[in-house]
Amino acid sequence: MVDVTPIKTGAEQALVSAYESARAALPGKGAVAALREAAFKRFDASGLPHRRVEEWKYTDLRAMMRDAFPLAAPPDAAAKAKAKDAGKVFAGIDCRRLVFVDGAFVPELSDLTDEPGLTVASMAEALAKGDALVAAHVGKVFETDDAAVALNTALMGDGAVIRVAAGAALKRPIHLVFASSEAPSSSFIRSLIVVEKGAQAVIAESHESNFSQVNCALELVIGDGAQVDYFKATQTRGLHVASLLLTVGAKAHFNTFALNSDASLVRNQSFVRFAGEHSTGGIRGVNLLRGNDHVDTTMLIEHLAGHCASREQFKSVLDDQGHNVFQGKIVVQPHAQKTDTKMMTRALLLSDEAEADNKPELEIFADDVVCGHGATAGALDPGLKFYLMSRGIDDKQAEALLIQAFIGETVEEIAREDFREALMRAALEWLEARG
Amino acid sequence: MLLEIKNLHVEVEDKKILNGLTLSVEKGQVAAIMGPNGSGKSTLAYVLAGKDNYNVTEGDILLDGESILELAPDERAAKGIFLAFQYPVEVPGVATMTFLRTALNAQRKLRGEPEYSTPDFLKLVRETSAKLGVSQEHLRRAVNVGFSGGEKKRNEILQMAILQPRLAVLDETDSGLDIDALKTVSEGVNRLRSPERSMIVITHYQRLLDYIVPDVVHVLSKGKVVKSGGKELALELEAKGYAQYTDEAA
Repeated sequence: MVDVTPIKTGAEQALVSAYESARAALPGKGAVAALREAAFKRFDASGLPHRRVEEWKYTDLRAMMRDAFPLAAPPDAAAKAKAKDAGKVFAGIDCRRLVFVDGAFVPELSDLTDEPGLTVASMAEALAKGDALVAAHVGKVFETDDAAVALNTALMGDGAVIRVAAGAALKRPIHLVFASSEAPSSSFIRSLIVVEKGAQAVIAESHESNFSQVNCALELVIGDGAQVDYFKATQTRGLHVASLLLTVGAKAHFNTFALNSDASLVRNQSFVRFAGEHSTGGIRGVNLLRGNDHVDTTMLIEHLAGHCASREQFKSVLDDQGHNVFQGKIVVQPHAQKTDTKMMTRALLLSDEAEADNKPELEIFADDVVCGHGATAGALDPGLKFYLMSRGIDDKQAEALLIQAFIGETVEEIAREDFREALMRAALEWLEARG
Repeated sequence: MLLEIKNLHVEVEDKKILNGLTLSVEKGQVAAIMGPNGSGKSTLAYVLAGKDNYNVTEGDILLDGESILELAPDERAAKGIFLAFQYPVEVPGVATMTFLRTALNAQRKLRGEPEYSTPDFLKLVRETSAKLGVSQEHLRRAVNVGFSGGEKKRNEILQMAILQPRLAVLDETDSGLDIDALKTVSEGVNRLRSPERSMIVITHYQRLLDYIVPDVVHVLSKGKVVKSGGKELALELEAKGYAQYTDEAA
């Protein structure tokens, strides 16, 4: 046997040398440093994910990432000033804003007023001082060999650490505002949110950037009986790879919703584990693509415990040469009897050159379950359009109404009116820009 | 003359459906179009509304003396043409109220008229729907989704009452209706009869014309008008069938 060492691309080489030169300065010693080193070795061995890695089949990062930008420097005054207006999608909602610029926490732009049961910290600081919550959870919420997660762990800089104590119900949603400077840079954002037993929290996350390369990972722990709503809106002209690592306890309820609009290259991957019985989860999203936008939604939903229900529903609207990817894998382990899942993904193609790849997968090892999935891809129904036009509605408005109805079905599932309206408004802005 | 159809030839997917159809409808006139299956009745309805893939290869359609062939369906609607569909489509996700309001204001905008304010619009819809027995619950639902056949037809007439067209084309409005629904729908249509509004009532059966009594009856066969007459022509057709005309046209 010949030992084959794959040739590294320019981007891979840049990432390796970024780690090697930053290693000593990255926050955290001891166990954190060991965690980084192990993750780096995994990345070094696998390189950037590429089309031969099944989970990354349609998003060949090795081919798409021509180079890796330098690690972001701490934000300057101009970048901070610009960040004041960031997070427009959720601006109309009364939230506790925590602002990050190029991945670095900016306390002076953040709302750090006290609230009983809530603890907020910077991940960089927490890593540096060996924070117990971070030590207990980071790298452990959902262990995976995924190369993007490994790269994030190796280079994790800053992010949010949020703890909602048992029984606490947050008064306001928390809005994590991720803004960027104009300089092409890369950031590796790592956040940890622990919502303890019986606690309630609403978390929103917005990402806006021009050129930057963002690799962010959020580890979310939802305790027994806790309730969490999580919203993520991404608008970027750069590269955005986001990983959600989520573990759900028993009798807990959560809903996640992701909107990608004006996002040129996004990979949203979710790793979700139902670890306790009688929990429910909704994982939903809407993707709006035009130009050469590429949006990949990939998820692994693991049911380890019985009597849980999950709903996965994604809608995509593709114009021009947009390319949407949906890969949803649901695994039901032998003991997870009475699992009830329903996964649906639908793509609306507005152009002959758009491409939608839908790949639902079910792996079921329990015998008493209800698991269903469906996937569709198609154009607007000309019969519907004619009906609307015959009533006096013009071509563009008829299309807009039908597109709105198409995505509305998923947006309507959002229970909170404020977020439902904010996300629908963002979707309508995309539609209006279509002209 | 409100509408003049002159020597109209229409192809759908390379199949000739209308073969030199000539027909005029006067202002305020209710014209019934009768004919056997496949005679081109629905094609005439669609071609008037401007449906895609209905290719006019010869002839013309004039509204107020001007050709409408180059106009898109929404522009024809703004000029006052309304088609009540034989099979009204379901539009999931679009609430009936939103749909009515968008349509009404879009037409008014195209005509250079001011848009309806919310209170005025709500008043208009409330009054109109009450007359037609359309419930508030139906108005809140998505257009035609989960409606019965009769409810869909009633919804078509509701749209017609709100949009106030100058030329209404009713395509087999009686199909799929039981006798009670037929009466309600016909009453709705009759209330909209006016010297300012013309109607083309397309039907296979004479029954509908007991309720919506036409001024003239045209018989269509093989893509053209083969006979015209008064309302008594409908009764004659009911008694003798279409065979004599299909043979004549052959």
